[in-house]
Amino acid sequence: MKRIGDGAATRLGLIALAVIMTTLFLVIPLAGIFYQAFAEGLAPFWQNLTSNFTREAIGLTLLIALLTVPVNLIFGIFLAWLVTRFTFPGRRILQTLIDIPFAVSPVVAGLLYLLLYGRTGWLGSILSEHDVQLMFAWPGMVLVTIFVTCPFVARELIPLMQAQGSAEEEAGVTLGASGWTLFRRITLPNIRWALVYGVILTNARAIGEFGAVSVISGSIRGETINLPLQVELLYQDYNTVGAFTSAALLAALAIVTLMIKALLEWHTHRREETA
Amino acid sequence: MSTRSARVLPGFSLSLGVTLLFVSLILLLPMTSLIGQLSTLSWSQYWAAITDPRLIASYKVTLLAALAASLFNALFGLLMAWVLARYTFPGKRILDALMDLPFALPTAVAGITLATLYSRNGAVGSLLDPLGIEIAYTWLGIALAMAFTSVPFVVRTVQPVLEDLPGHADEAALTLGASNLYAFRRVILPHIWPAIVTGTGLSFARSLGEFGAVIFIAGNMPYRTEVVSLMMATRLEEYDYAGAAAIASLVMLVSLLLLLAINLWQGRFYRRLHGGRH
Repeated sequence: MKRIGDGAATRLGLIALAVIMTTLFLVIPLAGIFYQAFAEGLAPFWQNLTSNFTREAIGLTLLIALLTVPVNLIFGIFLAWLVTRFTFPGRRILQTLIDIPFAVSPVVAGLLYLLLYGRTGWLGSILSEHDVQLMFAWPGMVLVTIFVTCPFVARELIPLMQAQGSAEEEAGVTLGASGWTLFRRITLPNIRWALVYGVILTNARAIGEFGAVSVISGSIRGETINLPLQVELLYQDYNTVGAFTSAALLAALAIVTLMIKALLEWHTHRREETA
Repeated sequence: MSTRSARVLPGFSLSLGVTLLFVSLILLLPMTSLIGQLSTLSWSQYWAAITDPRLIASYKVTLLAALAASLFNALFGLLMAWVLARYTFPGKRILDALMDLPFALPTAVAGITLATLYSRNGAVGSLLDPLGIEIAYTWLGIALAMAFTSVPFVVRTVQPVLEDLPGHADEAALTLGASNLYAFRRVILPHIWPAIVTGTGLSFARSLGEFGAVIFIAGNMPYRTEVVSLMMATRLEEYDYAGAAAIASLVMLVSLLLLLAINLWQGRFYRRLHGGRH
């Protein structure tokens, strides 16, 4: 079959252009991260990677991701179930509300939390009377990361669950299945790859969030510096190798994320073809 | 779809309860504080806060750079979507996976990398410098960082539409003697331009709010290379919470209107597309 753009010259030309542009625009920066990290050899890289400062930043980054991902996973499943399996007034508004974290600048996210939980905020002033301090501390960073990443799981699940419809689950109900059985035996197997993908995206963003947490963090060394904030701090201190060491660590995680995503896509694609 | 049969399934009150609790605590509660903070300002104070000349300069820079970035992404995204949807070639899967890199890579990492590469003595900047092209510390650098972080939007909205297009329309046009470019314009483009507009709109919205990637390459010179997100962060650092809240209210309004416009646009497009079936 003849198709538009299938002439050999057009085809090769466009592929070449795409490869060149991607190399210039994406591959060179990616390679640049690792080049800068190893610019002074392996020893400084290793020294930076194993320093206390980096270890503490890694710890905080993992803590934030570890708390954020389960919360948003559970919320995402409930939200997707709610908006795809039931119709009720306000459903549209709910879906638009959930998109807010996507649409606003991360600095606005940080600001909203600072205004609420900071000393001048109405909730913050009540909490500080009880000696609870969320801002400029890790709990505030977790909260704002939950805000920033809350749409990811739901956004992956909703289109899929909408497309699949609820016929299978309705059949399950007629056969007397309980809610939990229904979810575990029918819904979960249908959505698991989208769920994994949603978790990966949430995790990647939770690890890499910068703008929102920078407002909340207050940059207390050893306490509120996660990896992206450490990258900024070292870079501003003209410690290029140090900054790029942590950047390389984050970039390696990004590559792993992309690889898992590609694997998942390949897997679902193959399943669709054999089905 | 009937509302009656919908409630056959269990879990309505549970999922509604969990969702409302979460939305109230995580999304709505923080917004009350913004309203509270804004109510401390009189109208004239609010107006003064959002029309500060240095801030107005930052509106201009942010809009200009975001416009340039999203237009670049419209073209680059269309090229990539086309190549990935239409052709098979060795290394295609790697190219496809790379398109998501800007979402997977933390913005601060992208920021310091672009700033280093494009500075006057950086690997790319040193090549451009003799040509008189300065990227770092100009609005071009800001546009570059915005374009980098929003690459996936156009690719990922246009690619699936292209993949779903049946081949027979192509064939008919070509058999009737149309040139490739003419056939693309008349047969393919009408199908994909709503997706292009949606993707470009999302890319623009994201660019307007970008912070982490931009601040390193921007140089942040007052009146010249400060973006709106940075102005908010600066106000917060000066403990001018009311001033920051005033800017934030404007930013939120603009992004919500953009989001709403994109959603309405998408809804209209899909209704038209699937209108005949229901």
